Amino acid sequence: MREISCKKITDIVAQLVVDANHYLPYDVITAVKEAAEREDDKKAKTILYKITDNYKIAKKGTYPLCQDTGIAVVFLEVGADVKVDGDIYKAINNGVELGYEKGYLRKSMADPLTRENTGTNTPAIIHTKLVKGPNIKISIMAKGGGAENKSALKMLNPSDGIDGIKNFVMETVKKAGASACPPFIIGVGIGGNMETCALLAKMSLLRELDDFNRNDKNAARLESQLLKDINTMNIGPLGFGGQTTALAVKVETRPCHIASLPVAVNIQCHSARHKTFTI
Amino acid sequence: MKRITAPLDQDTIDDLEAGDEVLITGTLYTMRDAAHARVVELINKRSKLPFDLANQVIYYCGPTPAKEGNVIGSCGPTTSSRMDIFTAILLQNGLKGMIGKGERSLAVKEAIKKNKAVYFSAMGGLGAEYARAVTKSEVIAFPELGPEAIYKLEVEDFYAIVIDDSKGNDLFVINQIN
Repeated sequence: MREISCKKITDIVAQLVVDANHYLPYDVITAVKEAAEREDDKKAKTILYKITDNYKIAKKGTYPLCQDTGIAVVFLEVGADVKVDGDIYKAINNGVELGYEKGYLRKSMADPLTRENTGTNTPAIIHTKLVKGPNIKISIMAKGGGAENKSALKMLNPSDGIDGIKNFVMETVKKAGASACPPFIIGVGIGGNMETCALLAKMSLLRELDDFNRNDKNAARLESQLLKDINTMNIGPLGFGGQTTALAVKVETRPCHIASLPVAVNIQCHSARHKTFTI
Repeated sequence: MKRITAPLDQDTIDDLEAGDEVLITGTLYTMRDAAHARVVELINKRSKLPFDLANQVIYYCGPTPAKEGNVIGSCGPTTSSRMDIFTAILLQNGLKGMIGKGERSLAVKEAIKKNKAVYFSAMGGLGAEYARAVTKSEVIAFPELGPEAIYKLEVEDFYAIVIDDSKGNDLFVINQIN
């Protein structure tokens, strides 16, 4: 049994949330640069280059990429051969609180009814998976409210089929528009049940931007078709037009009830912030 | 690029057209969902407001905390449509400009036209860059709301794009038609 201390988890989480808010993942910033080079629309090109300029400032460490430093969405993989010396969820929440305070990040969590700010940017949203081995893998997403607010879930009919799925995704992206800060990364979860398809959509946002779904060739086909179709919508960077409405579409699938076709679309704005660390 | 000052005067507003790029120098007041609800409640009660709305520009923004020695943290725009429900009454009470991001409702666009006001978009997600445009920042109301408090900001060359001008033109609509 390998023992990992709560203190270590707290300290690592505190660093991860700060790093996530200052450093864009390499594949994201590369995709933005490549999109800027490809863009024909002058305004779209300028905006994409402004995103890279913003990053140059943020990575100096003083100003986070965006003022919405997001809620902390944590994906935890806990190895069966690990023993934590206390409450792992408390350790993670302490880490989020510490990082958001010491890192000058915004506290953006509130009671849903009273709207009173919790003051700590907790509770974090934590999804846990039990795996083999002696490690704990922690992935943290700083997920802003803007794009999250334009995400959607629908329980389609089986007869709606692939076209129904595509229409729902396109419709969701259209409604998102400028408000959700394109260019987007679109996470699509298909199948499972109501909560599973939403989780699949969210998890898919952690994938490398230039990968494709290797487990399901129909999903992979849908990824490239949707990306192509979305980029003809002329929403463009920040909604001012252009061919870069989305940088990537990620589709995850799971078997579902014979009577159901659950589909979830989780939108990620251009400030796609996440960091992973394995203890 | 048009250089304009805030608070706005009517001639400046009337000159602005959907699609104009502007650099704003002067005073902005941040107001998000919670501050809007409180200010509208004060208006309805005919109570004194935290600042005189006449000719002012509000900025839909909740900044990150400022590091020691800095004026402000990251301060890009939040989504404007959440404040749509409060906008007409603010415009009726003298507000002239709003900065945010994204589309406004038909009712808001009509109120902007009726009250000869203007709506700008700042650049979403470029919060680190916008910090440089702010020379002074002070919480003037509702400090208990944390990031949702009303901040009085002094800005210099704050970049924005006119979305809805006082004549009823909307840049997003114009772009769609083209």
